[in-house]
Amino acid sequence: MEASAGGGCGAGPPLLLSDGEQQCYSELFARCAGTVSGGPGSGPPEAARVAPGTTTTAAAGPVADLFRASQLPSETLHQITELCGAKRAGYFGPTQFYVALKLIAAAQSGLPVRTESIKCELPLPRFVMSKSDGERRIGNPAELLGTKVQIPYLTTEKNSFKRMDDEDKQETQSPTMSPLASPPSSPPHYQRVSLSHGYSKLRSSTEQMHPAPYEARQPLGQSEGPSSGGPGSKPLRRQASLIRSFSVERELQDNSSNYLDEPWRITEEQREYYVNQFRSLQPDPSSFISGSVAKNFFTKSKLSIPELSYIWELSDADCDGALTLPEFCAAFHLIVARKNGYPLPEGLPPTLQPEYLQAAFPKPKWECALFDSYSESMSANQQPRDLNRMEKTSVKDMADFPAPTQDVTGDDKQALKSTGNEALSKDVSEDPATAKDCTSLKARPRSRSYSSTSIEEAMKRGEDPPTPPPRPQKTHSRAASLDLNKVFQPSVPAVNSGLLPPPPALPPRPYPSQSEPVSEGDLHPQLNRAPSQAAESSPAKKDAPHAQPPSKPIRRKFRPENQSTENQEPSTGGTASAATVKPHPTVHKQSSKQKKAIQTAIRKNKEANAVLARLNSELQQQLKEVHQERIALENQLEQLRPVTVL
Amino acid sequence: MAMCIVVIAKENYPLYIRSTPTEYTLKFYYMVHTSLDVVDEISAMGKALVYQRELYLGLFYPTEDYKVYGYMTSSKVKFVMVVDSSNTALIFQKLHNSYTDVMCNPFYNPGDRIQSRAFDNTVTLMMIQVC
Repeated sequence: MEASAGGGCGAGPPLLLSDGEQQCYSELFARCAGTVSGGPGSGPPEAARVAPGTTTTAAAGPVADLFRASQLPSETLHQITELCGAKRAGYFGPTQFYVALKLIAAAQSGLPVRTESIKCELPLPRFVMSKSDGERRIGNPAELLGTKVQIPYLTTEKNSFKRMDDEDKQETQSPTMSPLASPPSSPPHYQRVSLSHGYSKLRSSTEQMHPAPYEARQPLGQSEGPSSGGPGSKPLRRQASLIRSFSVERELQDNSSNYLDEPWRITEEQREYYVNQFRSLQPDPSSFISGSVAKNFFTKSKLSIPELSYIWELSDADCDGALTLPEFCAAFHLIVARKNGYPLPEGLPPTLQPEYLQAAFPKPKWECALFDSYSESMSANQQPRDLNRMEKTSVKDMADFPAPTQDVTGDDKQALKSTGNEALSKDVSEDPATAKDCTSLKARPRSRSYSSTSIEEAMKRGEDPPTPPPRPQKTHSRAASLDLNKVFQPSVPAVNSGLLPPPPALPPRPYPSQSEPVSEGDLHPQLNRAPSQAAESSPAKKDAPHAQPPSKPIRRKFRPENQSTENQEPSTGGTASAATVKPHPTVHKQSSKQKKAIQTAIRKNKEANAVLARLNSELQQQLKEVHQERIALENQLEQLRPVTVL
Repeated sequence: MAMCIVVIAKENYPLYIRSTPTEYTLKFYYMVHTSLDVVDEISAMGKALVYQRELYLGLFYPTEDYKVYGYMTSSKVKFVMVVDSSNTALIFQKLHNSYTDVMCNPFYNPGDRIQSRAFDNTVTLMMIQVC
């Protein structure tokens, strides 16, 4: 059916349609024309369906929906409509319809030539070829589209109930569509438009687009059956679901308490964002983030420590003090939810369980930059998202990606997501492999080993933790190696003194040097946990120069004996002499200041002395015990040794 | 059945107190406090500190029958339990495991009061078991 045969055709060279296109177009046209009568929400345009002459017309309602389903921004659609239909008859004849479809395909291909093509009023033949896929997107599962097209009408209303209708409708339609395999990653019931609703409350409007691709996956499952073209159907489903997400977006406000676990489902977009954040902390997605690193990261979210603690408790399923990727996603998700006002659940929701997450989402191997752009727009609208800070710079580059369509409308997100989803679907197959990796990694022994590199990494994070660190990193008391690390950390502030070189391999950490009481508080736990190291360090260091901030001498005590001792002794002597020389010629003011400093230092040192003495006694006791054991063992040995015959 | 579980830090201040509410609650706290001396005694004797140690104080009051058990970890964190039944070994093991989980949380500063809900749940579970 060529355009020339169509009635009411304006002045335009006949469109060349391939067979497939003709079929699609005719299907679509029939659908749009046919569903008018059946569609509940088609609305006014029925009157517009005046068909002078031979050809029927597609009512503007379904057509408009179809066009919207093409994920193009509204202005683009307006242009298309203007170009193909409105300029000619006031209706969509087959000609106009086909032209419009082609233009849509062109636009969907992202051809920048698009505006030119509009101006030319004539899609070049080559467009037809390249657009064939795009056409297929719209055209193939025509009936599916038709049914889905009606859905947005339902959901346009700002009523959460409509969402229910949506799903009901979808579900009722599904039997007719003979739903086959749902998206491999999600169970059928997982498809919940309501997720976006729940989220819409949580997030800004742009963020609501995140559910969209996820929803796209739901209808995907249902449409598997009838759709003839596999790849083509996917974008179609995306479009359809994205329409829904559109409306969802509009209705956002209602708190979706209807769906209990909805806020706890991670959408694809969110998942990608989380994975990117994970990568920024830990390049290897199959490895885990240590507790300290995660702590610093999550602290940036400005949630209170008890809440963060609780979130950690929920998300660290194996309680190993580190977060694997699914655990990290769950934690991140909980934080996001909490920041958006959702109360934390009593237990980890099933949708956030690590196994569930691993199975639900394939490992993203593709370009994450695409989703960086989402994170950027996400953060733009939601100031508490401090976590996005890291992504913002990279994101700005990606903002150019959806070049002409970078508004805050859902269309843009749709377009982006469509391309993203395509890539996503490719990775579904890789899921089992990565799942295995995760499980194998999870089988770590329970006791964490705090590698020094992780500590260094955490420290190199650069930013000071929001609260001045009164204590060193929280570590296990089990492994002795931990103590070493702790020993290293507090000694960093000694850098400022200038007397002691910084500990090797650790960057100087801007330590709040005036935290006197804090340092004392630290003193105790540190001493308690590192009695061996502390005892080994020489108390002689305490005679250190007084002019330094009081915390320094205490910290210095924990340094590994050798280097610091050697370094300090000569320097100590030097400065001591210098210090004695100083007060004499200088003004009394300085000397009194120094006196105070000296006194405080002396006090500190005395306290440290007392603690050390206690430690010493404990260690002495242990030494005694060990001696006794040794004696006992030697006796046994003697007894067991064969008697030498003289 | 009444029961009281207290987690005591190395510096002998309580990190976590939980008891079944009875009129003896205060008495429980007092007993736990006095039992700390016994703990120190035993630890000073130089025995192996890691293993479970039991303090059996016997009957304090004729009307009641409960014992005080103690358990000390390698980091000198003590779990003291006032209970009137046995099978404390298992309970202490579980407590220790729960405590370790709490420690795993990087947001938990050792020396803070234990506010972990998971720990609460474990303790509640044990109380239910006993009572």
